[in-house]
Amino acid sequence: MANHILSENLALDEEADRILKAQRRRQFISATLRYGVLTLVGLVMLYPLIWLIGASFKTNSEIFAGAGFIPNEATISGYVQGWQTSTPYTFGRFFWNTFLIVVPKMIGTVVSCTAVAYGFARFDFPGKKVLFASLIATLLLPNVVTRIPQYLLFRDLGWLDSFLPLWVPSAFAGDAFFVFMLVQFLRAIPRDMEEAARVDGANTWQVLLFIVVPLLTPALISVCLFQFMWTMNDFLGPLIYLSSVDKFPVSLALKLSIDTTEAFEWNRILAMSVLTIMPALIVFFVAQKYFIEGISAGGVKG
Amino acid sequence: MARLQLRNLEKDYGGFKAVHGINLDVADGEFMVLVGPSGCAKSTTLRMIAGLERITGGEIRIGDNLVNDKAPGERGIAMVFQNYALYPHMKVRKNLSFGLRLKRRPAEEIEQATQDVSNILEIGDYLERLPKQLSGGQAQRVAVGRALIKKPQVFLFDEPLSNLDAKLRASMRVRITDLHKQLKADGLQSTVVYVTHDQTEAMTMGDRICVMKEGRIMQVADPVTLYNRPANAFVAGFIGSPEMNLIDAELSGSRLAIGTQTYDLSPEIMARLSPKTPKGVTLGVRPQHFAVVGPEAGNALTGRVSHVEFMGHEVYLYIHVEGQQIIAVVSASNYDRSKINGDLVRLSPQPEAAHLFDRQSGETISLAAIQ
Repeated sequence: MANHILSENLALDEEADRILKAQRRRQFISATLRYGVLTLVGLVMLYPLIWLIGASFKTNSEIFAGAGFIPNEATISGYVQGWQTSTPYTFGRFFWNTFLIVVPKMIGTVVSCTAVAYGFARFDFPGKKVLFASLIATLLLPNVVTRIPQYLLFRDLGWLDSFLPLWVPSAFAGDAFFVFMLVQFLRAIPRDMEEAARVDGANTWQVLLFIVVPLLTPALISVCLFQFMWTMNDFLGPLIYLSSVDKFPVSLALKLSIDTTEAFEWNRILAMSVLTIMPALIVFFVAQKYFIEGISAGGVKG
Repeated sequence: MARLQLRNLEKDYGGFKAVHGINLDVADGEFMVLVGPSGCAKSTTLRMIAGLERITGGEIRIGDNLVNDKAPGERGIAMVFQNYALYPHMKVRKNLSFGLRLKRRPAEEIEQATQDVSNILEIGDYLERLPKQLSGGQAQRVAVGRALIKKPQVFLFDEPLSNLDAKLRASMRVRITDLHKQLKADGLQSTVVYVTHDQTEAMTMGDRICVMKEGRIMQVADPVTLYNRPANAFVAGFIGSPEMNLIDAELSGSRLAIGTQTYDLSPEIMARLSPKTPKGVTLGVRPQHFAVVGPEAGNALTGRVSHVEFMGHEVYLYIHVEGQQIIAVVSASNYDRSKINGDLVRLSPQPEAAHLFDRQSGETISLAAIQ
């Protein structure tokens, strides 16, 4: 009797074992398949970037020889010559110009957009609805529509061939998208903290500075990141307003190397392209955590 | 002197009138509780006192100063919010001292005040923590500390205990009451206006209680008066747990007609009635003031038990009398266990504890309540 039960149990155990193994096998296969597909699609999307980096180490003649990305004879001549450029300035100068455009623009954006968003999110004033609606309307307006009037305006102000046309609109909360983003973020933050600060004796600006800005930090980091990347990538703005080579940012400088030489030195262009995307990539990966926190509005708990 | 005076205080939200001309005096050192159901504008009133809500009519005086147009920070008030509203990016120490730092007080004074407050509230161990690292009770104490450190003329509490669990709420209740007594004993400013929707909190904490309904004050009195002599049916029903039974009746002479049953008012009740009594009245009897009597007893109401709740030391009987539900509370030791659902019982209100209200206006018509 006891033996009978024992053997029955044994049979059950074996059966369970078999089912478990089958399950594990199925899981393994499905995981392999899933990750295989993901890797493949990811690779397809990343390939141009990988190719760009590989090709920047190739010689000019090898670049068009095949679609592979590993260079036969790796060389950094593209970087060395590309850095020198065909102008009197090195690429370092163009990076510095980019820096001179990006940093004031970022600061101006953050300060002005925070103030405007705070106003829209927290105060009632006559005409608020109309003003906010027109702000949102400018979001929908294609940028090119305002290019010509803006150009004429800045020309009359005598600001052409200076960084001012690139800085000033942002310093007056010209980027409706950021204002909108911050307003949405602020709406998700309870007002109690601000009211507590007012009871503690803070005036409107102190509340903004000591309470709202710290609460907004994740969103402000996102604003900085967006503005950084968009400005780094902006080609049309500098192209329209800047005419002297010594003021060119990297986006224009890259085009410059295509313009001035008859036979394009593609490896130089690619090498400089790699350098150009590096700052944006590095900044993005460093600040990724805040970036995601910032654009998922409402993630702040009261 | 840190008395608070509200004169004809009004709040109009563009067509919707939330507060209808409130008059309220809170004496120096008094613990005044504003209580009422949600939507009675008690929080709005408090926020108007704080200056967080603009008033549309009337006057607010704190001490001897008219503060109608003063910023919250200049009114000499401190406020504890329902969800604590601690500054999440500042450590407890900075949270406490934020107000003093804004006023640019000397560093030694700030340090001393922080120490004093953290000793009183026993939060010294958390000074270097961020609010998110605190439990609900700890955060609540920090919020109280942030008010205390400012030495305000008037403390405002906006439902400060409603986010705590029942046990913690009871202990915080005692703590806040003790704190108030301590401040008073030390001769410090200790006027408190405390908003709650919980009548137990109101009854246990307040020196006086202001019962509000739909932006109007229904009665202001100390807890005992409020309980024993409610000025109207609303206060009678709101204060006390379980709530007072309010039974519709017709009065002719000294006889009350409740549906098909009649109940003769005792000479004690009749003596207390004002001379002009309307016909339609509401009889108010607290559940504790019913005697469950035998079927042979005269002058009692007959009803059918629909539900019985054992609460340990007492028993709640839900009884249907003429289509109206009445709750009677009887002591568990006296309770006759043979009375179960569906049984007929006879209820006799204690004459000295019965209230009569005008059914139309809800106002009391018992003279004793007016005195």
